Amino acid sequence: MSTASMTAAALVDPVLGFELAYWQQTTIKVVLALVIVPTATAIVVQTFLFKMMAGMQSRMGPMEAGPYGALQLMADGLKFIQKELLAPSAADRRVYALAPVVSLIATFMVFVVIPVGPNGFAANLRTGIFYALAVSSLSVVGVLMAGWSSANKYALIGGIRAGGQLIAYELPLVLAVIGVVIQAGSLNLQDIVVAQHSGEIFGWGGIGSPYIITQFVGFLLFMISIQAELTQPPFDMPVAESEVVGGWQVEYSGLQFLFFYIAEFGAAFGFSAIASTLFLGGWAIPFVDLDAGIMHIVGPLVLFGKTMAVAFLIFWVRFSYPRFREDQLQQFAWKFLIPLALANIVVTGILKVVF
Amino acid sequence: MSDFLRDYLTVGLFAAAPFVLVGLMLGLGALLRPNRRQAQKYIPYESGVDPVGFEWSQSQVRYYIFAVLFVMFDVEAVFIFPWATRLEAYGLFGLIEMLIFVFILLLGLIYAWRKGVLRWV
Repeated sequence: MSTASMTAAALVDPVLGFELAYWQQTTIKVVLALVIVPTATAIVVQTFLFKMMAGMQSRMGPMEAGPYGALQLMADGLKFIQKELLAPSAADRRVYALAPVVSLIATFMVFVVIPVGPNGFAANLRTGIFYALAVSSLSVVGVLMAGWSSANKYALIGGIRAGGQLIAYELPLVLAVIGVVIQAGSLNLQDIVVAQHSGEIFGWGGIGSPYIITQFVGFLLFMISIQAELTQPPFDMPVAESEVVGGWQVEYSGLQFLFFYIAEFGAAFGFSAIASTLFLGGWAIPFVDLDAGIMHIVGPLVLFGKTMAVAFLIFWVRFSYPRFREDQLQQFAWKFLIPLALANIVVTGILKVVF
Repeated sequence: MSDFLRDYLTVGLFAAAPFVLVGLMLGLGALLRPNRRQAQKYIPYESGVDPVGFEWSQSQVRYYIFAVLFVMFDVEAVFIFPWATRLEAYGLFGLIEMLIFVFILLLGLIYAWRKGVLRWV
């Protein structure tokens, strides 16, 4: 199944059975993205931040709005939409208003390349994972814009801390992926899924080759790095509420604060989906043919299940560990993660050439 | 239009989608949210006390050297990606070439480490 043939096949909708024009397809995809990203955020926040966190801390979590607090996010959304939008009088207003949009753009663009089925992708870019890593690092621009334009000391300190942290953990993130690229021999995420489905681990092809087994070090590096990229505890120094009171978000109120929230947890979902595509086999399941018609419907559900499993890990770590100090955080990235990631590339390269 | 350009048109449309989302939500919010101006609402937040000094305060950027190192390793990553996709074709030759490349960059990191710039200064 080559990339070129799949792109051509994408013009005929396999579920509907008739052909859709490019603009029709793309309109559907963009509208779907506008629904999926906030919904993904809601699912992540409701499941993990409200209920799982409460369970791990022996509390009930939200219980009032709806059965077992199921409508809590509706109530929160209504609250946010009624709040007055405030900007400090000294703020750089245009940059201040644009910063949450830039964060959202970074999140939305990551979703473009995630494959959810045999033909399920917004755009099957040949640069796949490389593109995803590149656009995800746009979020640092939004963060620095917010931190600088707020004209607030907490925001400035938080924004600069975030800038330093995001670039430090960008590197292990990028280098951890290279091991997967070496094994799959392609940057395209769809090809990586196919390679894992049809792969063999040293000649044994029982369950294909999910790269979490052969690239376990890479998986750990990737998970630690996305934890830091999402500024989730224990890497939440830039937004530490007891030190910089929310960092770059300190002056934002109402809907503009909500946009940062959607960008952050939407990105958590997007990164979990990319981690499950790279390391857990994406939408494919072992023993089931990739071209089987049923995969058009089951594929997205399988990917969703794997994504939630990976997101569970992120939030489990979030609720379990205390915060890193700023200098410990930088040293951990530069003195441990980056040399380890380079060693991982070298070992993977040698094994690939020898076997 | 070629498939290649079409794919990147999709990317561009996805980048424009947040403007639609933000516009819709802010537009809806404009009907619902209050707008009562009071001078106190627009002073910078400093934990509830009156702000100290000028709003556009300055801060020390302590890790500019990390940014320089970041550029070095990020460019390295850009070079490694295309190599990684073609490793099977390059074989031993490509492997040794890249080992030399990674080693030289690692020397840079070790030099920075020995110089003490990876410490919090």
